[in-house]
Amino acid sequence: MNKSRNILMSALALLVASLWCQEAVAQRGAGGGTTAPATLHAPDSPQKVPDVEGFLPRWLILEPINIGNQQTENASKAAVKVEYFPNQLTVMPHDGDKVTVGSQELTWHAEDTINYNVNLYIFANSLKKNPAGALFWAVTVVNCPQDMPNVRLAIGSNASSVWWVNGQEVVGIYGDRQTVVDDGVSKRLTLKKGPNVVRCAVINGSGATDFCARFLDADDKPITSLTLSVGDIAH
Amino acid sequence: MLASAAFALDGQFGIHDPSTVTLCDGKYYTYGTGGNPLVSDDGWTWRRGVTPARTGAAPDVIHIGDRFFMYISGVTMISSKTLDPDSHDYKWEDGGSIAGRESPDDFINPIDPGAFLDPTDGRFWLTYGSYVGYIRLVELDPKTGKRLHPNEPPKNIGINLEATDMIYHDGWYYLLGTRGSCCAGAASGYNIRVGRSRKVSGPFLDNVGVDMIEGGGKLLIGSGDRLIGPGHFGLLNLGDTGAQKFSLHWEADLDRGGASVLDIRPLLWIDGWPMAGENMKEGTYEIESVRTGTALELAVEGVPVGGARARGGFGGRGGRGGAGGTNGFAGRGGPGGGGRGLFDGTGAPIPPQDVARVSTNWPAGNIDVRMANYMVQAQQKWIVTAVTNAGGYPGSPYFKITIAGTDRALTATADGELTALPAFTGAPEQLWRLDQLTDGTWRIMPKSNSKEALAISAIGSSSATLEKFNPDSDRQRWLFKKP
Repeated sequence: MNKSRNILMSALALLVASLWCQEAVAQRGAGGGTTAPATLHAPDSPQKVPDVEGFLPRWLILEPINIGNQQTENASKAAVKVEYFPNQLTVMPHDGDKVTVGSQELTWHAEDTINYNVNLYIFANSLKKNPAGALFWAVTVVNCPQDMPNVRLAIGSNASSVWWVNGQEVVGIYGDRQTVVDDGVSKRLTLKKGPNVVRCAVINGSGATDFCARFLDADDKPITSLTLSVGDIAH
Repeated sequence: MLASAAFALDGQFGIHDPSTVTLCDGKYYTYGTGGNPLVSDDGWTWRRGVTPARTGAAPDVIHIGDRFFMYISGVTMISSKTLDPDSHDYKWEDGGSIAGRESPDDFINPIDPGAFLDPTDGRFWLTYGSYVGYIRLVELDPKTGKRLHPNEPPKNIGINLEATDMIYHDGWYYLLGTRGSCCAGAASGYNIRVGRSRKVSGPFLDNVGVDMIEGGGKLLIGSGDRLIGPGHFGLLNLGDTGAQKFSLHWEADLDRGGASVLDIRPLLWIDGWPMAGENMKEGTYEIESVRTGTALELAVEGVPVGGARARGGFGGRGGRGGAGGTNGFAGRGGPGGGGRGLFDGTGAPIPPQDVARVSTNWPAGNIDVRMANYMVQAQQKWIVTAVTNAGGYPGSPYFKITIAGTDRALTATADGELTALPAFTGAPEQLWRLDQLTDGTWRIMPKSNSKEALAISAIGSSSATLEKFNPDSDRQRWLFKKP
């Protein structure tokens, strides 16, 4: 009896997930364009501000690079050192830019999230890409009204992730884990007045994958006096 | 001098009936029966001090305004602008008689004065008395230290106690006193008891509602470990709202031939009652954040204890048994399946992780320190060891904190972060002050940043740093757990 019930419940879950993905996919434009899934949408303004809790909502995200299950600490650290495409740690792409990784052509997508986190599982599935065994690159530009010393980048991710601010690696978390707000927090750093580039590599094993990020001030309070933009920084 | 895992103080600290340890110009002072003076630069290592102008039994000292008032059994008072005999302000002035027998046949033994300044209204009080008669309370003038209303009779507030003192906490006045026999070495039954009242004048009831004037009193501290007969409670005024400490003596320190010695212990507050805490003991610990539930560790890839498990269970999965099983597991490891099931274990105890083996993969130089789920792994087990001749703080020496089985030492960096150096050098950045806070958790502070009062702080589930101590936050509260 239990076995039959389990089979029925599994089938129902699959049906619901399938309907949900179909809904998410249905929202994509007919030309494979960038109409976003339910929690993500294309930016509709030149700049975006963090939400009231300081989470950064605007990102350029590259379609996933399939690398297999590399979410253990040493494997993740090695995986982000591989050059998948030229200038991957310095490039500031625009929406629609393409890179070639191996035999695949991958596209950068500008996305705004309506939540505190960026759901890479939905992102990948909506583009009919495989989120499992994958490395996602994401980048954004954080514009500061003045120099901000003694701030920290606070992140969470499913699963491993490594983060850079203005080209400097500042924090990494590893292993099979779920996204937890302020899981990894960088050492103190300075955001300079004007644009600052925040870049991350998120490595997923299987199942759900997402990330969240915000800056905390010297009193560990979220910083909201920032704006975010993508693709308009001078190279 | 560090003869036991639970440390007594260092240096010369023999004393009987010590006054409340009092801070003056950065030094700690206490005076015992017979004027026996002790002084310390840090509250850990003590030496003989300078005898005050008047000696007697069981004095108490309090700092109010620009004066230090010393009350001596009898009760008389002397005062000085400083306790530092090297200061040009050091001069004891006679304050005269403060309290005693109110009449020739007054049934009272006016000894063991305890001075209390009420933080809510600035009024100044003195308790005194012993087993003959009652414990009494009189009001003093905080400007002069003398009896405010000399003609007003004292109030009786307790019985069967001596060495009383009063403290205030969170809307309650607490009367502390010592009960039991003194002065009999290891046969001394001394123990410290407490009752509380909403008013400074009592009645002081204990935790089961018995008035201290009828013999009530909840135990604060009794004999334990190698120490017998605690007495003469005094709350240190350190201005540290996260950690409170009290001074006392032990009638018999068994490691010192049963000598009477000074001690300083943390004061905890549990359900509205003060309780005696513990100074840190040496040992191997998991160091866990109260805030996040994650534990300090070296930032290295962990190895499961016993090694990685083979896919499908140990030695390969055995087949499920047939349908004849009467429970869900009866069929496990069925016909032809020699291996163990996924949840069956190895069949033998798995030994603790060998740090010598797993650390061969660790970086040779400095390793970052972070936090993670505690998995009983080698990079998460820390040994706390007292460091000799490195000084200390009230009640304790400084400690080094190293990964068990290695020399890797927890270190504070110049920019207020944490790392683990390959070896312990004894530098202030590697000396740690471990204070038990009033809720029983621990604060961890490096000696190198003692002026800024930085403490290890959990700023994220996986990240720790050094930040100014905030007594209202749980970021800087830690548990030292059995590993």
